[in-house]
Amino acid sequence: MKPPRFRYCSPESLEEALAVLGEFGDEAKPLAGGQSLIPMLNMRLARPSVLVDLNRIPALAGIERTDRFLRIGAMTRHRAVERSESVARAQPLLAEAIGYVGHLPIRTRGTVGGSIAHADPAAELPGVLLALDGTVELQSRRGHRTVPARDFFVDLLTTSADPDELVIAVRFPVLPPRSGTAWLEVARRHGDYALVGVGAVVTLAEDRRTIRDARLCFIGVGNTPVRATGAEAALRGQPAAADTWRSAAEAVRNELDPASDIHASAQYRRSVAGVLTERALALAVQRAQEGTAG
Amino acid sequence: MNTIATERRVIRVVVNGSPYEREVEARLLLSDFLRHELGLTGTHVGCEHGVCGACTVLLDGEPVRSCLMFAVQADGHEIETVEGLAPNEAELHPLQRAFWEKHGLQCGYCTPGMLMVLKAFLAENPDPSEEEIREAISGNLCRCTGYQNIVEAARYAAQLLRQR
Amino acid sequence: MPTRFFGEPIKRAEDPRLLTGRGRYVDDIDLPGQLHVAFLRSPLAHARIRSVDVSAAREMPGVVAVWTYDDIGPCQRRMPLLIPHPDLTHPYTRYPLAKDEVNHVGEPVAMVIAESRYAAEDALEAIVVEWEELPPVVDIERAIRPGAPLVHEELGTNVAAHYVGIVGDPERAFAQAAHVFRERLVIERSAGMPIETRAVLAVWKDDEDLLEVWDTTQAPIVIRNALASLFGLAPTQVRVIAPDVGGGFGCKIMVYPEEVLVPYAALVLKRPIKWTEDRLEHFVGTNHERLQIHDAEIAVDGEGRILGIRDRFLHDAGAYTPYGIIVPIITACQLPGPYKVPNYHVEFRAVYSNTVPVSPYRGAGRPHACFVMERLLDRVADELGLDRAEVRRRNFIQPHEFPYDVGLIFQDGAPTRYDSGNYPGMLDLLLERMDYRRLVEEELPRLRAEGRSVGVGIACYVEGTGIGPYEGATVRVEPTGQVYVATGMPQQGQAHKTVLAQIVAEELQVPLESVQVVEGDTAHFQFGSGTYASRSAVVCGSAVALAAKKVREQGLALAAEELEVAVEDLVVEDGRVYVRGVPERGFTWAQIAQLANPLRYAYAGDLVVRPRPWTGPALPPGRQPALEATEYYSPPHATWASGAVGALVEVDVETGQLRFLRLWVVHDCGKMINPLVVEGQVHGGIAQGIGGAFYEKLHYDENGQLLNASFMDFLMPTAMEIPRMEIAHQETPSPLNPLGVKGVGEAGAIPMPAVVAAAVEDALRPFGVRITRMPLDPDQIWRLTHPAEA
Repeated sequence: MKPPRFRYCSPESLEEALAVLGEFGDEAKPLAGGQSLIPMLNMRLARPSVLVDLNRIPALAGIERTDRFLRIGAMTRHRAVERSESVARAQPLLAEAIGYVGHLPIRTRGTVGGSIAHADPAAELPGVLLALDGTVELQSRRGHRTVPARDFFVDLLTTSADPDELVIAVRFPVLPPRSGTAWLEVARRHGDYALVGVGAVVTLAEDRRTIRDARLCFIGVGNTPVRATGAEAALRGQPAAADTWRSAAEAVRNELDPASDIHASAQYRRSVAGVLTERALALAVQRAQEGTAG
Repeated sequence: MNTIATERRVIRVVVNGSPYEREVEARLLLSDFLRHELGLTGTHVGCEHGVCGACTVLLDGEPVRSCLMFAVQADGHEIETVEGLAPNEAELHPLQRAFWEKHGLQCGYCTPGMLMVLKAFLAENPDPSEEEIREAISGNLCRCTGYQNIVEAARYAAQLLRQR
Repeated sequence: MPTRFFGEPIKRAEDPRLLTGRGRYVDDIDLPGQLHVAFLRSPLAHARIRSVDVSAAREMPGVVAVWTYDDIGPCQRRMPLLIPHPDLTHPYTRYPLAKDEVNHVGEPVAMVIAESRYAAEDALEAIVVEWEELPPVVDIERAIRPGAPLVHEELGTNVAAHYVGIVGDPERAFAQAAHVFRERLVIERSAGMPIETRAVLAVWKDDEDLLEVWDTTQAPIVIRNALASLFGLAPTQVRVIAPDVGGGFGCKIMVYPEEVLVPYAALVLKRPIKWTEDRLEHFVGTNHERLQIHDAEIAVDGEGRILGIRDRFLHDAGAYTPYGIIVPIITACQLPGPYKVPNYHVEFRAVYSNTVPVSPYRGAGRPHACFVMERLLDRVADELGLDRAEVRRRNFIQPHEFPYDVGLIFQDGAPTRYDSGNYPGMLDLLLERMDYRRLVEEELPRLRAEGRSVGVGIACYVEGTGIGPYEGATVRVEPTGQVYVATGMPQQGQAHKTVLAQIVAEELQVPLESVQVVEGDTAHFQFGSGTYASRSAVVCGSAVALAAKKVREQGLALAAEELEVAVEDLVVEDGRVYVRGVPERGFTWAQIAQLANPLRYAYAGDLVVRPRPWTGPALPPGRQPALEATEYYSPPHATWASGAVGALVEVDVETGQLRFLRLWVVHDCGKMINPLVVEGQVHGGIAQGIGGAFYEKLHYDENGQLLNASFMDFLMPTAMEIPRMEIAHQETPSPLNPLGVKGVGEAGAIPMPAVVAAAVEDALRPFGVRITRMPLDPDQIWRLTHPAEA
């Protein structure tokens, strides 16, 4: 389990990194935290000719809060997100989910941009980004563009970023008032990728008893993180009550199409997605009502 | 300079307070560098895919998997390994004392990783609950102890460290 | 008063080194000029090798040699069958490098020797093999059907062994029984999975005519003997050292291909050669265990007393049988557990499959046996409306009934004869700790009324430990005062250096720090078999005790002679031997060692040796110049430890998740040498048992590909999955050995599948389901509780 030969560079500015990526295209692979890429290199499942180490570009790390969103630089470590008070205040769903990412030493090294770019369908951060209707900032020598999460995650470990494009930041929009969130997941062991996970975002009407808007995003049930748009639509205008959660769970079960693997069957995932839907909605609404957001 | 892609590099690192300079292959894992280039074999290798935690070291004070980093990435950084834990030859670090006292190790293979992750964890959480300790070491697999005495040792070490 | 060392919770002598990074595991050793090995392993489960082209690989940078079967000289013979058995009628072992056929994914095919492991792995990619695929045999139930494809064509069958054991008259017992219950019970494939993989480092020392080998083995003497015989060397020309070893759990006792090929390369290339297995190799290159499929039935009378048991099971042997049929034999012999089974029919077939070979993993057939027996008893209790604890109580062998013969021949060839035990006492202690009555009559109903799915399970087990053939030890008091102890048994974390020193310190009344235990190095001790089957404390501990006792006698005799008193007038205390009531008249052990050695000079600073008048030879006949004894201990048969566990679990029936609320353990390993170490062993066994009950399963697909060969997907529990364990001890000494001890190494691993099945089943009573397969997982629990959706 030793990595194959490659050439390595460690640019110290974004411009330098983009230049190298532009030069080598598909042959180059950006190295962020390396917590998914290096195991694949050690197993010789990935074979880039050139590794472009982003760890020496300080400008790529940082958490910034604006009126409209929380912007997290691609090279911000999971641990920094976990420790961030502005994340805890502004994005409770992210704060709650981040603790489910791997283990302490993985979160120390792993980065937000790396997780998003890797696009593992059972990973938390892509799910959180999609649940919050977040966006991905991409940059290349050709320019800068912003891609909504729903257009970014294309397929299994595949995104809409071009080979010369780098994820430089992600943006998590700020929640409207009377919103609550909940992140729940079921994994085989603590820290494992989820068998099924759900992020629920609920915004209540002014009566605080009716659902104005709800978003449900699932991980571990498809080739990308998946929004249950049908269930979301059906939730709008419904009373915040157990019956509503049960109907939403049923809608989710009808809507999702998970696959089987050695850890769980498709039927299990579908059923548990419904269970987590009920639990997460109830919790998110409770938080919205208490004004604790998440 | 660093934008030129090369297969080899000269790196300078400080490990346990001592500076080292070596020319290495870019693909050399930090774990292999510590063990076989510097002879610091206290850092163990159990899986080389980042799950077992035996190779955990501190990079600028934070716990990382040395099998999931290349030595070239450590250039200019400070690393601490289990060899740097005890203050001197005659004395053990409180974590080491606690592991000894509470029978927190058997074969000793996972131990350096456990010690290093706990060192960082206790620095940030001086009075942790059992649950927090278990969470902190959940990225380090032990096949011998069933973890119970490791948890005991961590609690005891926290107590010793608080008394310092 | 003598100082107590035996039985005390003494901190381990091993730890300061290991805690400071000064341990020395095989891969920690780098020798000048060392080369590195990587193996090309079969990607297919079953195939013929048409050709292997290594020419390109040989040209790769840093590559020194690339070998196939054709290049391995004296290694071109099948690996040894280590433990034959008369019922193993179709044994089969492999060539170190595949000759013309591969029989499992991971079988070594070629060997690259290069300047670095990195370069060696690069070269593996340049080797071209032309395969002819053969039909893989994976499902052992299909493998025994007529016309099934064969793993080994020339054997004409996939059945390696067919064993039948009969006690009493099972047919009559079943015919006359009030009730008969049947179960099909499955325990899945798993593996020991130590955190340190295997490794071998070998060097031929030309100046000493010595082959020196560092090996992660649990049996260095066995390896030494194999290498000497294979290479035509005298045993003294081969030194095998098992230094610090990072866990074994059974899988490191074997003679593996790499263990002969790496030393062979050192002999040929005259350079140090190192191979360190990586984790992916470990999954497919190091032996597995566990898969058995049991069809078991129990006959009871109206009160739930066992009249008889019939069990027919299939045992997955994997592709080869280098370790014979030890695992299923143990299952067969231990199935009755602590219960009286007057009539017993057990029958198994060990079946070849195109998977990694099977040899013991902690528990070694016992978790299977315990699972079957305890599941049957739970069934009896439930069907007859009896309390599960009560059914066990009614069937226990009673304390006055020892020695108790099960009636079968055990793994060591001796009778399965329980030497001592107190099973009712053990269960009583467990129930007391659990507060069982209150738990089942108040606590469970209360929790269930809250809508929680909680359940309680108990399971009891025995463990045949401390088998022969023998182990030995040398104990020597040095003239400098240290006590040297050497044995042939290496450790993989079991604290030999501490517990063996405790035995010696107790006997000689010397400080623990003065006792230095050397183990796992054939240069220090030549005879013995190794560390396995929970036998170190029993067999090696007894040998150490015997040798220490002899040294004590030698010392007393010398001191008595010198002091001109009778031996009976001497006391041994505080590291000295002196005349009772006159402490100043006596010697330290160092002084007695000097007395034993009639050199014409004294050791500096400690002049007790006075000039003597001539009386004849300085060393009279029968006297040796050292306080030293080598003794061997060979047990008449296994000594039987026992235990009982209780679990309170909660199941989330909607997600199938399992949580332990409480876990109680009562363990009886006879007299405890060091309770700290005993508890550590129990903890570790329990944790592995929990792994085997809910997490760890090796998944092969129908093509013989191992689907979860990584730590991402083979789920060893973390600290978050293992609950706090509450342990109590009962001490029923063994009458068989001088220390009264029994083994403890495997204990905890044995009852966990059984107790988890019982507790989960209890939690799921409203669903009326039976747990018959281990390990469970969330999906299975969900299926049991959602039959309509699943």
